[in-house]
Amino acid sequence: MSEKPYEGPLPVATPETKPFWDGARQNKLMLQRCGDCGQAFFYPRPLCPHCLSRRIEWFEASGRGRLHTFVINHRAPRRSPLPPPFVVAIIALEEGPKMMSNLVGIAPDPTQIRCDMPVEVVFEHVTAEISLPRFRPVA
Amino acid sequence: MKGDFRHLRGTAAIVGVAESDELGKLPHKSALQLHMEAAHNALADAGLKKSDVDAVFTSGRNMANDVPEYLGIRPRFVGGTQIGGCSFMAHVEHAMAAIYAGLCEVALITHGESGYSRVGMPALRWSEDSNNAQFEHVFGTTGPATGYGLMATRHMHCYGTTSEQLAEVAVATRKWAALNPMAMHREPLAIDDVLSSRLISWPFHLLDCCLVTDGGGAVVVTSAERARDLRQKPVYVLGTGECVSHSIPSQMPSFSQWDAAIESGQRAFAMAGVKPADIDVAELYDAFTIVPMLALEALGFCKPGESGAFVAGQRTAPGGDFPMNTNGGGLSYTHTGMYGIYTIIEATRQLRGQCGERQVQDAKLAICHGTGGQWSAAATLILGSP
Repeated sequence: MSEKPYEGPLPVATPETKPFWDGARQNKLMLQRCGDCGQAFFYPRPLCPHCLSRRIEWFEASGRGRLHTFVINHRAPRRSPLPPPFVVAIIALEEGPKMMSNLVGIAPDPTQIRCDMPVEVVFEHVTAEISLPRFRPVA
Repeated sequence: MKGDFRHLRGTAAIVGVAESDELGKLPHKSALQLHMEAAHNALADAGLKKSDVDAVFTSGRNMANDVPEYLGIRPRFVGGTQIGGCSFMAHVEHAMAAIYAGLCEVALITHGESGYSRVGMPALRWSEDSNNAQFEHVFGTTGPATGYGLMATRHMHCYGTTSEQLAEVAVATRKWAALNPMAMHREPLAIDDVLSSRLISWPFHLLDCCLVTDGGGAVVVTSAERARDLRQKPVYVLGTGECVSHSIPSQMPSFSQWDAAIESGQRAFAMAGVKPADIDVAELYDAFTIVPMLALEALGFCKPGESGAFVAGQRTAPGGDFPMNTNGGGLSYTHTGMYGIYTIIEATRQLRGQCGERQVQDAKLAICHGTGGQWSAAATLILGSP
């Protein structure tokens, strides 16, 4: 962590999303899986968006996936998590669901970043309470 | 006949359309005033009085309460569907169904947005515990430029679509704007101008992005029967479709095709009983250059992945064989925030033959298609004669 206090936007959990953010603080990428149809999904909610079952279980995901698609933001939002330009990415997780994140550990250069490149999670502890799951290319 | 949506075909018509008195940067007017001006002008266009209106449809936070109050109308049917910029196309479908069911006869659909000046507008903030804030804003998503761009990047990866092809749309649309006195930007534009404009959110340059303006628009819909005696030649609603597939971008079912638009388009064409090749003029919501391109694919004007080749060579410009966004679009005419209503206004004027220099010759069948949220919702209208 840098000395400067984090100025980016911070998540405020709701009851159904709290286990995700609690997991992130412990370097765990927590997902949910349906106890009936077996499909994993994201974001957290107490029912399966595939079959509407309410038999839902949490599990720790591998943290591996692929960069599905991305943009490179050159204009910072009002509160920016990273100095622009930075990469906003859709990660296709190994377990199936997709999630929004940042791609870090590579220059924000469209000639270097490739859709479908393998990536892995890296937790950035931006405050004492909040850790953000970002992704970096697999070496 | 119960349950077959195709029976709605042609049962309602658009009989009045108008913008607010002016469009552009209007710090001297509130959002509700822009609703009012457009509503007033559209009723005058239709030759109808306020007392004829028995249904109001509008979009925006609390607007379904605010607009009837501001206008002094007490509707017996009210529609406040709020699915983003294509809400107004959905309102046409809902108005047609309500008219068919006998719940109302004259529906006034209004839009007003002080998108640039933000006079009399709700705050732009999302609550910090919303899914959008928790799972997307924390990574620096910047709203539509991020959501729409994610699809553009994947489309480029899958199909080889290029920044030059995206720029073709901006350039062709500017040529239409040059023919529209109401358009904000009318000076010529070249492909290189688009490519050399500053990057907003790669792959989008500034000139791939729509304008941010203030303005209003309104549309009056009534039964086909009532439409026959009014001031303007009726423009019949032949086909309608709508779909919502997700809300926040990470939940998009696909990042290389526009699923909601595929569904809304299929229903609209099925109701109208026509094919893409029958369409004379297309008004396809252009929040970013990629959006009408993906609409061309979703609606069946070209195959998946082929929209880059489709728009090449200024095919959608004046004189090209596919007139698209003939008002100058959200890219060059106006984009207040929820642009959809302007596609209906322009398609109606094209079908009436009122477009002057930009009139598409023998325009008999038009399509309006919009997006809401970030590829989240889609709604489609096919307009023409019975």
